[in-house]
Amino acid sequence: METTKYLKSLLTPKGKKQESAVMAQSLQSQENTKYVLETKGLGIYYGDFQAVTSVNMPIKRHKITAIIGPSGCGKSTLLRAFNRMNELSPGTRIEGEVLFEGENLYDPTVDPVEVRYRIGMVFQKPNPFPKSVYENIAWGARIHGFKGNMDELVESCLLQAALWDEVKDKLKQSGLALSGGQQQRLCIARALAVQPEVILMDEPASALDPIATLKIEELMQELKKNYTIVIVTHNMQQAARASDYTAMMMLTDRQTRSGTVIEYDDTRVIFTNPKDKRTEDYVTGRFG
Amino acid sequence: MEEQKRISLVTSLQKPSSNLRRRRRLGESIIQGLLFFSGFVSIFTTIGIVYELGKEALLFFQMPEVSILESLTNTQWQPHTGNFGVWPLVTATLMTTLIAMAIAIPLGLAVAIYLSEYATPRARNTLKPILEVLAGIPTIVYGYFALMFMTPLLRSILGRDVVEIYNTASAGLVMGILILPLITSMTEDALSAVPRSLREAAYGVGGTRLEVALQIVLPAALSGIAAAIIIGISRAIGETMIVAVAAGAGPKFTLNPFQGAETITGHIVRISGGDLSYDSIDYNSIFALGLLLFFITLTLNIISQRIVRRFREVYE
Amino acid sequence: MKEKLVNPNYNVNINGRRRNGSIWRWVLQLSTVVGIIALITLLLNIINGAFGYAVLEARVDPATLAVDGVPLEEQSKEQLMSVLQSNISSAAFKKLESDQPFAERSRANVYQLVIERIVKYDIKASWQLWDSLTRANEIKATAAQEYPSAQLRFISWFTSDFVSRPQSSEALTAGVRTAILGSLWTILFTILLAFPLGVGAAIYLEEYATDNSLNRLIQTNINNLAGVPSIVYGILGLAIFVRALEALTSGEIFGVVDPTTANGRTVLAAGLTLGLLVLPIIIINAQEAIRAVPQSLRKASYGLGATKWQTVWSHVLPNALSGILTGTILAISRAIGETAPLVVVGASTAISFDPSSPFSKFTTLPIQIYQWTSRPQDEFRALAAASILVLLVVLLSLNASAVLLRNRFSRKY
Repeated sequence: METTKYLKSLLTPKGKKQESAVMAQSLQSQENTKYVLETKGLGIYYGDFQAVTSVNMPIKRHKITAIIGPSGCGKSTLLRAFNRMNELSPGTRIEGEVLFEGENLYDPTVDPVEVRYRIGMVFQKPNPFPKSVYENIAWGARIHGFKGNMDELVESCLLQAALWDEVKDKLKQSGLALSGGQQQRLCIARALAVQPEVILMDEPASALDPIATLKIEELMQELKKNYTIVIVTHNMQQAARASDYTAMMMLTDRQTRSGTVIEYDDTRVIFTNPKDKRTEDYVTGRFG
Repeated sequence: MEEQKRISLVTSLQKPSSNLRRRRRLGESIIQGLLFFSGFVSIFTTIGIVYELGKEALLFFQMPEVSILESLTNTQWQPHTGNFGVWPLVTATLMTTLIAMAIAIPLGLAVAIYLSEYATPRARNTLKPILEVLAGIPTIVYGYFALMFMTPLLRSILGRDVVEIYNTASAGLVMGILILPLITSMTEDALSAVPRSLREAAYGVGGTRLEVALQIVLPAALSGIAAAIIIGISRAIGETMIVAVAAGAGPKFTLNPFQGAETITGHIVRISGGDLSYDSIDYNSIFALGLLLFFITLTLNIISQRIVRRFREVYE
Repeated sequence: MKEKLVNPNYNVNINGRRRNGSIWRWVLQLSTVVGIIALITLLLNIINGAFGYAVLEARVDPATLAVDGVPLEEQSKEQLMSVLQSNISSAAFKKLESDQPFAERSRANVYQLVIERIVKYDIKASWQLWDSLTRANEIKATAAQEYPSAQLRFISWFTSDFVSRPQSSEALTAGVRTAILGSLWTILFTILLAFPLGVGAAIYLEEYATDNSLNRLIQTNINNLAGVPSIVYGILGLAIFVRALEALTSGEIFGVVDPTTANGRTVLAAGLTLGLLVLPIIIINAQEAIRAVPQSLRKASYGLGATKWQTVWSHVLPNALSGILTGTILAISRAIGETAPLVVVGASTAISFDPSSPFSKFTTLPIQIYQWTSRPQDEFRALAAASILVLLVVLLSLNASAVLLRNRFSRKY
């Protein structure tokens, strides 16, 4: 008895509490937390090298937040900190906190699998599984123990990703047989299958042609009604067009090669009346 | 002034007048010819194998006592009494191969998955040399091990009256250990060829390490693994010394792995170890069997290479 | 983390999945451990077989052979010779003289003959190392009881003498010198054949060959040959080197051997057979080494107007040398351990003289192991275990030198 309890405590992120108590508590804290995600003094290290320094920024619910900046300043690293994907590379660690609905994601009792179940990701280069279109979407749901109607779920995700009409007759075909733009939308549908609350997008359209890019941007506007979106992009026009809030990242100084957020504001402010001169230089195209 | 002089000394040196016409370089051509010959020697080897083995094998089949039909239907191989059924040798070979693969495939895959998806770099660096050592031990040593350790072990576990002193089970089990490193290294190559972005996508949806490894990475590497298994089978079929020492002498048609039996390779070794006169029926039978062995392993190897090539194409 | 409000359809079951993951992780680690255990068991098994107690019974008590009070072990060569002469038939003594004149034999050799022919220890029973260490008293008791006239001795089959003594049919005096020399001679011819041809072929394929169907065929052919079972090479060697080229391999062409006893089953034939076997290994490894030489080096050489061969000889080869040598050592390791092809080619079963020319009959270390393992008596199995230890030591040093070589050469560049 004692050993099983001890083992369970090792495996369980937090002990299972009474459901109703949890529900009540969640509703309460959702009202209290303004922000879906928030970083507090976040620093990210690869071994001894500090890639990101001291970031304090919020991510607001049901809005699109863009992270922009010149290449190599740590945008992707910062994005990946939100769903603990940095941990896949050995030797990474953080200091500070990343709060999700008020809870620190990096608390030792938190399971990264659970984090990724609630904060999804779409990558730069489309990477569908070498399985059928149907399976690509179904796999994520299945490993998380989806009990409902899988066909309906697949259809729903593909509709949300604006891909359903194009593939509804080809569900059993390999995901790799689709075009680049379709593959990326498939990856978005795949992320939606586990019904995350936040979707992180790492330069989702950089590998796509302009028409496909436009489709993705339209998609984002639709998705933000139900999800919170954080997008990293080096395409300033895209950030200006598509996002509600923008965070500007830059290297703190040339020696350390460590990046930080130098300005965060409403997108319109960043692009018309930025407070920091470096931001102004960047968005007007003077460099980067 | 001095410097000027020195510079002009060098620049005033004239190259012997050279036109730009292509020069005939005899030395180069000779060397190129020699090198081409070296490359071609390997073709000679293959031609040699097919020709020599084929020639003698033909002699074998032309002998009045031998007919191909009889070979395939008779279950006794005793040349001196006119029996040339291949089945005793073939079933023994198949049994040892099967037992060996039953060990090598699950263990080999497991070790490869562990090394590729779970192990820390330090663990990998200590484990890989050990596997290389296992692969480098000569097969005669494994034969000794099969006879002096595995057989007594089996006999003490299953009983002396169940397990004979010479049996195909011990040989098969030890052969499995021999082939394990081969399967592991080829499987590991296949697993690492699966691109990192695929793993990231799977983790991103919230998969645990086990789910990612077994449900996404492993299926993606499947054809590479199939190629590894086929090579393993080819190796097992061609393996000689382990069976020569531990499996038994004298062809016997049996499906009991605890009895002695002789494989194709074991038979060839035993016959040639004794006194062999050229053009005797035993001598020619070696070539027929050798030819059979050559074609089986060649076919398996070619299939495996084709699979690997197609597999590489998907990921590159 | 807080339960997800949004969708009760998911039963995330993190605990179950993590638990599953842990179980499988243990399964995989266990499989890895099995491999390590197999290796350790193998080594222990061999060491176990190479040492142990044995009960020795002498047919003729050595004490009775003492001359003028000098015991057998301390007698001089002349004294030993007289002991020998007075105890064996004159015909046998003459045969020993004709095999190798006594004037040329060493004292140790004569002593061994005395032990072999006259004293003739019989091994009545023997035990392995583990038993010898743990059940020593029990063994002593059994020996005293069942073999009262014999002595119980702890024998290390693996000693330095073992390596220097020639083969013999008496287990106690047998050594592996004949076999080791046979292996060395064989490997010499293997390398003489395979190294130049192998490196040449590799240079051709990497530097000279254009991408046409013939060259692709050659490459595929080499890859396939690498996977052919070694016994097939033995059969090929039998047909070509032993039989078809018998005049060459037996030495008849050169007129240096006695035509009545000469046949093609010589060291030369064995070496050539193994040469064909390891040729693909050398080629493939050399190709990899040459391919690893940076293109910029070649371009620099061509830029100065060097011909292709000048570039290859002066720049590419020196740079690829460590990789080529490593491949060669790998090939040697493989060839030293090969048994089946040489059995087919016709290694001799009972020779006790050292090979002296390419046209000698031969035996090699692995074949010796094979023969001793196939004998029913326990003491020969012990000899086999000791020979395996010798073989493993040889292979270990070879591979260690390969690693050292690789490190030493790669540091330069």
